Order: sequence, then C-alpha cells, then structure tokens
Amino acid sequence: MTGAQLIQGNEACVKGALAAGCDFYGGYPITPSSEIAEHMVRLLPERGGVFIQMEDEIASLASVIGASLGGAKAMTATSGPGFSLMQEHIGFAAMAEVPCVIVDVMRGGPSTGLPTSPSQGDVMQARWGTHGDHPAIVLAPSSVGEVFDLTVKAFNLSERFRTPVIVLYDEIIGHTRESVVLPDSVDVSNRVTPHEDIEDFWPKKALADGVPEMAAFGDGHRFHVTGLAHDPRGFPTNDPTVADALIQRLHRKIDAHLDEAVEVEEYMLDDADIAIFAYGIVGRSGKEAVERARAVGIKAGLVRPLTIWPFPNAEVRAAAEQADTMVVAEMNLGQLIGEVERASAGRAEIVPHLRADGEPITPSALLDVLTKIDGGHL
Amino acid sequence: MSDVKTYLREWAMPHVLCPGCAHGIVLRSFLTAVDQLQLNQDKVAMVAGIGCSSRLAGYVDFCTLHGTHGRAPAFATGLKLARPDLDVVVITGDGDGLAIGGNHLIHAARRNVDITVLMLNNSIYGMTGGQAAPTTPEGAIASTTPTGNTEPNFDACKLLIGAGASFVARVFAVNPLEMTKVMAEGLDHGGFSFIEVVSDCPEYFGRYNKVGGGAEMLNWMAVRDEGVAGPLSEKRFVNHVPVAPPALGLETGVLQREIRNVYAGVRGVDEDES
Repeated sequence: MTGAQLIQGNEACVKGALAAGCDFYGGYPITPSSEIAEHMVRLLPERGGVFIQMEDEIASLASVIGASLGGAKAMTATSGPGFSLMQEHIGFAAMAEVPCVIVDVMRGGPSTGLPTSPSQGDVMQARWGTHGDHPAIVLAPSSVGEVFDLTVKAFNLSERFRTPVIVLYDEIIGHTRESVVLPDSVDVSNRVTPHEDIEDFWPKKALADGVPEMAAFGDGHRFHVTGLAHDPRGFPTNDPTVADALIQRLHRKIDAHLDEAVEVEEYMLDDADIAIFAYGIVGRSGKEAVERARAVGIKAGLVRPLTIWPFPNAEVRAAAEQADTMVVAEMNLGQLIGEVERASAGRAEIVPHLRADGEPITPSALLDVLTKIDGGHL
Repeated sequence: MSDVKTYLREWAMPHVLCPGCAHGIVLRSFLTAVDQLQLNQDKVAMVAGIGCSSRLAGYVDFCTLHGTHGRAPAFATGLKLARPDLDVVVITGDGDGLAIGGNHLIHAARRNVDITVLMLNNSIYGMTGGQAAPTTPEGAIASTTPTGNTEPNFDACKLLIGAGASFVARVFAVNPLEMTKVMAEGLDHGGFSFIEVVSDCPEYFGRYNKVGGGAEMLNWMAVRDEGVAGPLSEKRFVNHVPVAPPALGLETGVLQREIRNVYAGVRGVDEDES
C-alpha cells in the first residue's frame, strides 16, 4: 500500500490502467473525461508507454485497436457524444476480438446535452450502441476507489476474453476527489499468445474456453484481421454456418464464464422487504438510504451491480424473490429498469425512481421513496 | 524478376476483383517494391479500409488488418506508434481515403507518422456498385449522378501536400515499372508517404460513361504518360461522355519530397537515444 491519496475518479482510472499494464492511450478531449488524457500523458511515457491525441473519437478507438493488434494494452476515454462516435469500432473490436478498454464518463444527453452534469444515460448505448449481435462487458464503479479496481478488471477481462470492455461512470465520480488507498500491485491477466514455432497460425481458432490465442503483428505470425464475418483462419466468408459459429462463439466465450465477469454487491438484502436496485453513483445514495431506513425500522436492502452487462439476472431475480418491492433508481428515464422487470419476472413490484435533468439522485430522495412504500403510500 | 507469389496468400484466392480492374497490376508493383527493398515479410503490416482496393489486404501474406471504412490511417497510426519496428502500409481507395476517411488521412499526413499510404483512385465507388466519389469528375455518370456529376472533384495530391505530407507522388497503373520505383521510394521515405495510384474501374466507371473496358481505360493512361495534360480545372466532361479520361490533367511522379521530424507519439526517451 502506498498510503492514502486524495484523487479524482478520472485520476484513479489512470492509476488503475497503469497498474493493469496499459501501455497505449489514444484519445480526444471531451468533458468530463479529459482529465484521464491529461494524467495519462504525464504518466504513461515515463513507463514506456505511448500517448497520442487523435483527430476525433473514431480515430481514437481505431488507434487503440491498431496498438492492441501490435501487442499493446490500449485504452481510450470519452463521454457521451464521443462514445456515440466510437460505436462502430466497439463493434469492430468485438468482431475481430481485439482487447481494449473504453471509458465513458457519462454526462447529460441527448446530443451535447449537459457537458458538466452527471447522467446514466449511456447504459443501453454501452450494450446496444453498435450494430449487430455482439457481446458486451460493461463495468459501473460507484466510487473513486472502485474506478481503480474496475479499470484494472476491465483490462483483465478484455485480455482474458479478447473483447472490448467498457468502464461506465458518471461526471460526479469522474470529478469527485476521495481519499483512497491503492494497492502497490494488482493481479494482471494477459492475452494468451501462440507459441512462436506454430506454423500457419489461425487467429480465430478458439481454444476449449472459446477464446482464441492472439499473436501480435510483427512477432512472426502473419495473419488477417477483419470485421467481416470470417472463418477460424480469419478470412472473410459468407457461409451461414461459419458466420453462425463465429457469432455464437463470441457470446459463448463470455456467457460460459459469467462468474469471471459479473460482480454484484448485495447489502442488507437477507431480510429486506424493499430492495433498491441502483448502480454507479446512485448505488452509493442507495446504500445510504438503506442505512437511514434501517435506522427507522424499515427493512430495506440494496442490490448494486458492478457489472451491468452481462446483466446480473440471477442476482436480481434472487433480490426480487426476497423483497416485495424493488425500487429501480437511475439517472435516466428508465434504461436498466426493463432488464430488472425481465429478470424479476413479476416476483416483486417494480417502483421506478428516475431523473435525467443533470442532478444526482440523493439518499434523502430514496429514503423518501422507501418511507412511502413502507407506509403503503406508494 | 522476383517471384511475388512469395508475398501472396494463394489459398485465399480467387480474388474479388473484376476483369479489367488494374488493382492487380498495382499490387504486383507494390510487392515487387517490397521485394526490391528486401523488407522483412514478418514485419510488414498492411492496413486497409473498405472498398475494392482495401480488399487487396486479404491476399497478401503480411500482417493484414481490414478495418472500417475510411479509418485505416488511424488504425495504422496506433499500430505504428505501438510497433515502430513494423513497416506499416495503408491501402485505401478514393472514396475510403478522401470522403469518409479524409480527416484521418490529412491528420496522419500532418503528424508525419512514418507510414506509407497507397490510395488507388478509380474515380468511383466500385464495391458498392458505382456511386459517385469525391474523385468522380464533373459531368461523369455514376449510379448516384445519373445525369452527370455536378460536384467538383478532389486533387488528392494537392490536398496531401497542403496537409503537410512529406512525400507525395502520383503514378498510373498503366506503368508498373514507375509504380514500383515510386512505391519503393515511398516505403523507404522516413515519414508519411502518400502515393496516389490512378487505377481504373471498367465495370462501373467505364460502363456508365461508355468509355470502354479495362484495356481502353489503361490506354488513356498510356496516352497521358506521353505528356498530354492540362490543369485539372480545365478538364470537363461534355454530354456526359468524357472528352478525356479522368486521370488526364493530373501531374505524375514525385510531387513532394522533404525530410522533417517523424511523429512517434508522446513517449519516453529511449535509452539508446539519450
């Protein structure tokens, strides 16, 4: 441990990335994520990494993918409008199975919206923003310390599964300074590379766990990478059987290892009558509201996914089994609430608590909801 | 002459290109240049966008990236910065490079990243079926300009010189020896090199504009190489039939050559450089 530090969420993101072994950053300025680039350019070069400010967010993620194919652990960071521009390459990275990390520090939308105000308006875009059926891993930290942890986890999962991983938090977490104690070192995962003696390396031939080995450009194996549907050799095809096998495998490699990707905090749920479902910064308000509710005798609990995609179906279903009512609190007009309804399948009454005006959801507001439900007024 | 088959993925063929398309001549000239320079085949990366010319990347036995439409210079920039030991070559077309990807192309040129861009200009979108491109001459017929193109077209080399490219050249697909010579020079250039290769599209441009097949279109370029040319702006199409091939009026050869600092990203100082 290096002792307590007072740092911003965006700074914690940089520290987490560096701890995980990030050695390439390509980005474009946008509020409220720019501090990530500003810290990265100071810290990355002295550790042997490379920083570049690209001409836009499309190019940023392209540069990241190019670097990753060269063997680098690479990342970019952005906010809503830039995240929209990155969608095409998120799909490319998913299809071509190129590890990379994308941080989206959410601000109010739609469009340029509320640049310096928080939001959770991008959670569905993070899942479905790019076209086609693709897997998604999206992590949602709720504190500065958790930004560090989940940025490390994002790199590890991206290397483990050869897939883009998105870290999604909002302007409050990005800009808030908190005292954190960060570890000196973290567990680091690296992509599995093929043995150099292998003749005729096939870049998309999966191992038993569904993840293919990944060679770096320039390390001796010559191979093709494409966003077109392709065979295990990496070459384009229109064969429906081959395309199906690829698309199914892209999902299966993650779905078969949900325990590695999905993380959920459950707080005071065991005897809860009312469960709050909240993530990111709202998860913290939820926890505070639960504690205040408990203090006045209301049996409240919290289910807080740190992984929002893949959606933690089992955990949400279990929470709905326990509680009579689930309060779904989001800083949007209702995005994950549909997933909660689907996963809970009528086991609990769903009460939305939503806002998309650039203001946070406070503990007091949630306590008010809990009190009304407890009193039979909602 | 060397056997360029060394550099081809014959297992990936037959290829997707049409009869009469000159892209294959261009590719052979490029591979000959690679061979002449004795580049390490394992260390050559070809980065492509989307379109007919970009599909060439699939057939060469290097490390090849077939990326997204127009973004090849950005992929290539990241790759080159992460792997300075690689010879990174972008292969793109006129629509890929100048329309959807124009921004990436000019910024890669401005930075002077040490990559080589081959832009195969066939004056039209071939892969998608013959729509007008930023290079389609005024008056020319395309599927989206059925009564003749009313937009002016780009001079790619002037654009790239303006953007700061340190090596700019234009060659015609009809002249393989000159192509090889210029491509070898571009590959050898320290910094960003841009080579516009005037190629053909008999299937769409030739057919829509009733200007003949591959042989006739290449013959135009041969005529041009005898030195018949005026400024681009003087060339117009009359009655929707080109009075001259799209390539006429374009300067050829090496148009820009300068040595300036190569951009390698913000990185620490290597110990052997300090």
